[in-house]
Amino acid sequence: MLLIVCPYCGKRPEIEFSYGGQAHLARPARPSELDDDHWAAYLYMRSNTKGLYAERWRHSHGCGRFFNALRDTTTDHFVATYVVGAPRPVAP
Amino acid sequence: MSKQHFSALALILRGLSRHRSWQPQWRKAEPKPAYDAVIIGGGGHGLGAAYYLAAEHGLTNIAVLEKGWIGGGNTGRNTTIIRSNYLFNESAALYDHSVKLWESLSQVLNYNVMFSQRGVMMLAHTVHDIQVFKRHVHANRCNGVDNEWLEPQQAKEFCPLLNISDDIRYPVLGAALQRRGGTARHDAVAWGYARAADSLGVDIIENCEVTGIRRTANGAVEALETSRGLIRTPKVGVSAAGNTSVVMRLAGVHLPLESYPLQALVSEPVKPIFPCVVMSNTIHAYISQSDKGELVIGAGTDAYTSYTQRGALHINMHTLDAICELFPNFRRMRMMRNWGGIVDVTPDRSPIIAKTPVPGLYVNCGWGTGGFKATPGSAHVFAWTIAHDEPHPINTPFTIERFRDGFLIDEAAAAAVAH
Repeated sequence: MLLIVCPYCGKRPEIEFSYGGQAHLARPARPSELDDDHWAAYLYMRSNTKGLYAERWRHSHGCGRFFNALRDTTTDHFVATYVVGAPRPVAP
Repeated sequence: MSKQHFSALALILRGLSRHRSWQPQWRKAEPKPAYDAVIIGGGGHGLGAAYYLAAEHGLTNIAVLEKGWIGGGNTGRNTTIIRSNYLFNESAALYDHSVKLWESLSQVLNYNVMFSQRGVMMLAHTVHDIQVFKRHVHANRCNGVDNEWLEPQQAKEFCPLLNISDDIRYPVLGAALQRRGGTARHDAVAWGYARAADSLGVDIIENCEVTGIRRTANGAVEALETSRGLIRTPKVGVSAAGNTSVVMRLAGVHLPLESYPLQALVSEPVKPIFPCVVMSNTIHAYISQSDKGELVIGAGTDAYTSYTQRGALHINMHTLDAICELFPNFRRMRMMRNWGGIVDVTPDRSPIIAKTPVPGLYVNCGWGTGGFKATPGSAHVFAWTIAHDEPHPINTPFTIERFRDGFLIDEAAAAAVAH
């Protein structure tokens, strides 16, 4: 089980969290102008990165808040967790 | 080229010479500078596609490239369950095509894949499950796929160890049974296809990782850069399961896939005790008994995307909780090994078997948590797609473009569970 550092509550076991998928996906600013390719990209395409991946988590059985994390998907090692709205940290 | 035929007579005759005359089942091939087609990924799907390309489409100057060893990925890591009781017409056609090929696969390959149609029983625990499963039963029958509804007592008659008492957390309210479903020996599927493909001239090249896909000025596939040198080829079929995103990115193709760990475990081996396959999607338990005697148990996916080929223990514990409640006899059994594989999941939980925007590049992916059952059918239609440069009628709906055009084959919603 992973130990995840909630930016609000500190280090907690994985079972307290739910996963939210890729982070930093912004809903299109002008949806009515989007064509099907761009809608498909927004709805379905994820980077599925092998390596450092920015993703959302929610401390659903804790403070209940969403936050973002930078995790290496080849080792499951968390490089950083950070609050929503903050830019993706530069990896050390 | 291996020409030894396997039979009871051959076993006896070779036994007379103390079994010293058996030959390796396939060659250790060195990569040639060029092939007519190359399959990336030496699992069941990739080896099968190579076999059907050679056997049915006459392409024998082809190779299968595997970065590790054949059958070492998800082919050797799944729980070997085979069934075809999917809801939608497109899926039922694809998976039942596969079950039909399973039924003759041992004879066709001259290799015992131990396909055993012992029946797959899917348990219903809620009113919603009952409604969904009955809908599946009717939809399956319309598509010529056998599936029948069982009341709890009938389910217990089919699987006597099943606990149908109503004082457990999720009582068994009924079950859907596909009698043609069952299991097969997963390693034998990879080896059987490898041996049959090899005997037709296919080069199976292990420890050969693809690191680049070279394209011509008009974008078509030209060659593969690999850890064992450059290989020229005009056609490439990618059958790389959890690593499909990584391979396809080498050609600039972006697919709607996410890779998740999926775990399984086996118990210590015991004498035959479990006569069928029982699945519970609702409480995430999948169980059968292998011919070696181990209970083979499958869990749900882990929560997060990963390429680590391992997952968290609490996922397995959750599954074992469910198994122990459904089958109290197993409460004191010890689990022997657990492991994980990386499964590539599409948004609608249906696979992609299709041409790509890159000429000469084909992809067979997105099998998620249920690819083993489809091995022969998937390989068969993928080979067709590569050979004809157009999809077989069965895999025509399984395109990449369905996500753009809104023609999802939404088995995810149909089963109403996290697969």
